[in-house]
Amino acid sequence: MIYLDNNATTQIDEKVLEVMLPYLKEDFANPSSMYDIAKKPAAAIREARVQIRDFLGAGNEKDIYFTSCGSESANMAIKGVVECNKEKKHLITTKVEHPCVLNTYRQLEKQGYEVDYIGVDSQGGLDTAELKSKLRKDTALVSVMWANNETGVIHPVEEIGEYIKSKSPETRFFVDAVQAAGKIPINVKDTSIDLLGISGHKFHAPKGVGALYVKPDVRILPLINGGHQERGMRAGTENAAYIAGMGKAAELAQDALDYELKEVKRLRDRLEAGILKNVFNSRLNTAVSGRVPNTTNIGFEYVEGELILLHLNDLGVCASSGSACTSGSLEPSHVLRAMGIPFTALHGSIRFSLSRFTTEKEVDFVVENMPAIMEKLTKISPFQDELEKLKELK
Amino acid sequence: MWEYSEKVLDHYRNPRNVGKIDDADLIGEAGSLACGDSLKLYIKLDGNVIKDAKFQTFGCGSAVASSSILTEMIIGKTIDEAAKITNKDIADELDGLPQEKMHCSVMGHEALEDALRKYYGEDEAAENEFHSHCGEKIVCTCFNVTENQIWEAVKVNGLKTVEEVTNYTKAGGACGRCKGVIKDMIETYLKKEGKEPELTSTQKILKISKVIEQQISPQLQKDGGDIELVDIDNNKVKVKLTGMCSGCKNAQMTLKNFVETILKEKVDAGLEVEQV
Repeated sequence: MIYLDNNATTQIDEKVLEVMLPYLKEDFANPSSMYDIAKKPAAAIREARVQIRDFLGAGNEKDIYFTSCGSESANMAIKGVVECNKEKKHLITTKVEHPCVLNTYRQLEKQGYEVDYIGVDSQGGLDTAELKSKLRKDTALVSVMWANNETGVIHPVEEIGEYIKSKSPETRFFVDAVQAAGKIPINVKDTSIDLLGISGHKFHAPKGVGALYVKPDVRILPLINGGHQERGMRAGTENAAYIAGMGKAAELAQDALDYELKEVKRLRDRLEAGILKNVFNSRLNTAVSGRVPNTTNIGFEYVEGELILLHLNDLGVCASSGSACTSGSLEPSHVLRAMGIPFTALHGSIRFSLSRFTTEKEVDFVVENMPAIMEKLTKISPFQDELEKLKELK
Repeated sequence: MWEYSEKVLDHYRNPRNVGKIDDADLIGEAGSLACGDSLKLYIKLDGNVIKDAKFQTFGCGSAVASSSILTEMIIGKTIDEAAKITNKDIADELDGLPQEKMHCSVMGHEALEDALRKYYGEDEAAENEFHSHCGEKIVCTCFNVTENQIWEAVKVNGLKTVEEVTNYTKAGGACGRCKGVIKDMIETYLKKEGKEPELTSTQKILKISKVIEQQISPQLQKDGGDIELVDIDNNKVKVKLTGMCSGCKNAQMTLKNFVETILKEKVDAGLEVEQV
């Protein structure tokens, strides 16, 4: 099996699993309890909070709140800020956010908030000028993802943060860093980011755990009310095993960051260049630079994405597609549509996302097999004349 | 991951009759590149018998499988026999398709219909129920789905909900603005066929309480009594007779002959009324 869908989820690192297991076995106690056996899980959570603090470059571990996933982090940030700033009725986000941000914004829009959704160019780059022009004194919150999950394109969140602080200091700034964490350096304390969300399973921790960074002077209301856990900001008995696992995963990801930036990028570039060279109907859907090192999004013209994925799957290769047919909805990816990817390539767009476990052999296998798959699939396509023209151009 | 049948897997992996027939007698087209799937069907005739058929498809695994099996189904059939094939037949021949993928079988059927329309000619087409989709009212502008395509899918497949219509025709699958129109169309069709659309349990409760309040209660009030709805448990409607009705020796008769009869007629024939 060749797993090239690491933006969807990642395998759990063995070392992460080792750290987790005691809290699923003998060290099962509730970390809030008063007896000795509660000390270990409580200590594990404290350690993980420090690990996540260092991973995100936060000033204090008290700025870190554990959640159940990236979506919860986003909901907690957005609703938490809005609830605390009821007099401000304007919100800004981008058209290419993850659904956990987009749909939360749409819900607020229905409740009467005025929302500006900022577009991207054909390469996936955010229209920062438009975003800046929409900022107002009554903007409660701006939400921008650090890196896009489908294209890997990095948005200039540091620059946007500075601008917000200089023009409208009361406006809060949330960054969904789910696809950036572990792929590029993050140092929140050097930025004007107020809130930042991550998800453990995107960097080799298990699914079901995430975190939200909240700057010390930023007030939010909790999403989940109940006990005193997470200093009253997120009730619910702490998931010690998963939190400890995410802490370890963060430490490992931080250690592997150089490898990610150099070696994973080298393999990604090798895969990308190989496919673009060998497959006549392929095109890169994004800019070449300014992306996280592990992601590429390639459009295969006049062939549908699910059909490509099924044939890759038959060879044991896992990737994903922005095509309508794979999502269960009938519409292709909102990200690729916002970029204005032509219809000829939109439905045949495939995302390959690598990890530090990806090998050169695996990448080469895909590069070698892609031409034969495309040879077979283009023959089925009704757009033979158009494909013939592409062949001549190549 | 979709749960595809072995036949679907076989047909997308090894599609039969792929390609073009250069001197085809009939060519049928359905779908579009923009919508994410399209199909071209080529037919070679020998008299009124389909001697050969080939296809070219842009689409997902189940779209290719539907096209592939369709060519196998029509080769050797007469035009009249082929005209009887429905989208359901295509899906059945593949040992079924996931609900969300039924529109692939519909696309196959539409391409076949388009090809045969050219055989029957536009004039005869009307008589042969091969109505032209051109110039006809478009319901879903996102996917260009016409009124007739929706009628056809509802009729052939016995669809009862908007979600099903979306699965079969894609209509309503993008912006969703036409969902109200689709809902009205289904209700109109079911009424015409003498079938009531299936009520959700909330709808049923609302309807029962409305009938009691507007039609039953006023009648009982005329006799100085009244009725209260206490509970609804599946098909058991639990009520309490009040006022003059409460001690009336004919209460049971009132319940069965009057209350239950009206509720059965207006809401659901399976309802039973109980006094609590």
